[in-house]
Amino acid sequence: MTQTPSQMPAKGDPRIRIALCIFACLAIVPPLLSLVGLDYYTSVVTRMMIYAIAALSLDLILGYGALVSFGHAAFFGIGAYAALFLQTRGITDFFLHLAGASLAATAFALVTGAIALRTRGVYFIMISLAFGQMAFFFFISLSAFGGDDGMSLSRATLFGQELLRSEVTLFYLVLVILVVIFGFLCRLTRSRFGRVLIGTREDSLRMEAIGYRIMPYQMAAYVISAVICAIAGVLIANQLQYVSPTLSSWQRSGEFIIMVVLGGVGNLVGALAGALLTIGLEEALARFSEHWKLWFGMLLLAVVLFSPGGLTRLVERVSGRITGKGDDR
Amino acid sequence: MSTLLLLQVMNGVQFGILLFLVAAGLTLIFGIMDFINLAHGALYMVGAYLMATFAATTGNFWLGLALTLPAMLVLGLLLELGIFRKLYQRPHLDQVLATFALVLITSELVKMIWGAAPLNVPMPESLSGSVPLAGPMRFPVYRLAIILAGLGLALGLWYVIGRTRLGMLLRAGASNRNMVSALGVDISRLFTVVFAFGAMLAGFAGAIVSPILSVDPGMGDSILILAFVVIVIGGVGSVRGAFIAALLVGIIDTVGRIFGPMLLKMAFDPAVANQLGRTLAPMLVYLLMIAILCWRPNGLFGRSHAK
Repeated sequence: MTQTPSQMPAKGDPRIRIALCIFACLAIVPPLLSLVGLDYYTSVVTRMMIYAIAALSLDLILGYGALVSFGHAAFFGIGAYAALFLQTRGITDFFLHLAGASLAATAFALVTGAIALRTRGVYFIMISLAFGQMAFFFFISLSAFGGDDGMSLSRATLFGQELLRSEVTLFYLVLVILVVIFGFLCRLTRSRFGRVLIGTREDSLRMEAIGYRIMPYQMAAYVISAVICAIAGVLIANQLQYVSPTLSSWQRSGEFIIMVVLGGVGNLVGALAGALLTIGLEEALARFSEHWKLWFGMLLLAVVLFSPGGLTRLVERVSGRITGKGDDR
Repeated sequence: MSTLLLLQVMNGVQFGILLFLVAAGLTLIFGIMDFINLAHGALYMVGAYLMATFAATTGNFWLGLALTLPAMLVLGLLLELGIFRKLYQRPHLDQVLATFALVLITSELVKMIWGAAPLNVPMPESLSGSVPLAGPMRFPVYRLAIILAGLGLALGLWYVIGRTRLGMLLRAGASNRNMVSALGVDISRLFTVVFAFGAMLAGFAGAIVSPILSVDPGMGDSILILAFVVIVIGGVGSVRGAFIAALLVGIIDTVGRIFGPMLLKMAFDPAVANQLGRTLAPMLVYLLMIAILCWRPNGLFGRSHAK
């Protein structure tokens, strides 16, 4: 088998190194923030990491499988509502919440995937959007959970203890989950499964011609992605201590896509960096202007129009220019 | 019961007509340019806001409408020449992102200019009454006028697309862009025309709906997604499909919200039926879309795109 370097990263993959750097930087954030007395920002960074998990999940199907899901926030909402549901039933254990969310997300993904994965391209975008809206309206109709307004909940318990009350514990829990999921997705995308998925992205017809049934692979990726996004949903419910239908609005799905594409699709680190950057940017812009969405939109438009391939490509190009290697793609 | 049903069907038709006006431009842009435009709902919203402003400053509904339409045409032209033109050759993902950015920009700009509070547009005197429908039921003249205007536009579109040279190029462009281009047609000018016209149709829909709906910054999103459902059901690129699907979606959505809970009450006890009805009614159109896609993956009138 011949593999180009970009498809089969070697041991010293720079992207892994970048990711490790990011994780190391994140790990020292809470003590650093409490040192300078900005404890509040711990929860902002926690939120960044939760979104990074969601963005990673989307990158699996969008970046590696070329399935542009515009309804991914449905799974985010499913995770959050699963946590809320179990919490109101008196089940407070965090891991049980994860299990419940995973089950619900798997079920929804199997049903929607069976229909959506029959379609391609623009149709897939629109059908996933429609499924996302279905989930959104479903959550709105749940009057027992506050309908439109949503509902607040207390944080889950860890090993029977209320450890997550502390922002710092929650922070490290999210960080650990982020690292585990990142590692898992790195391995997955390099495995045979991952390479088949990349094959379907590059040329699904050819993959079928050489004897693969691509549907099961896409379905598996879709379900895995759904479960990971639902895990992010459980985490956001715990972080915000509030669950509302807007968690699965179509704008949220759009935000996920922005994160992945801004960072650069199909290499995981891009999604990670993109999510951290997007939420960071939103926070910063919101501080500087009430109309931050305007500036955010302008920036996004400029990036899409003038720097196709996202920020990683931009960085590559800039660094290529500096080292004199030039643009290799 | 049956007159109530008739009334709701009429309301559904009126809603469907609106959906058609938005979806027609979207499906043309989609079919011919293979371009996914999330900002189309924003154009609908801008149409409504322009109408609110022009109607208020001129004090006349018709003058307001007469000013809104050319303004939307110009806006469409500017957007096409300034932004969209650069995106046709890009992957769908870039189109999604760029137009999503436009949604953010327009909804925020609208909030900055007009504020977040809903606006009202007064109904024109001449269309403010109601006509008897059946028995004691009456139907507002204005809604009837929307239906008639939409039907007129649909007929016009059918004529332009089916009978004129421009329409011939549109149909040819939708089935094979490259071939049309190779035969010496200036396809980019065709795109500009279609886009500007689509923007005007969406703006027109927003303008005429403004007297019966409140004009608010969220109005574009809901119609956009329903318009997507319409063009998926109708088949991408097919205006005829969009027309039929729009009526179908409009009627099912409107009638389902009223009669769904009633039907459910016959089978379940009221509390359950209420919750079920609230849950199912907004989902009906999506369920319809899924059912139709299972039956015909390319929509009712969609051609299978060999890709």
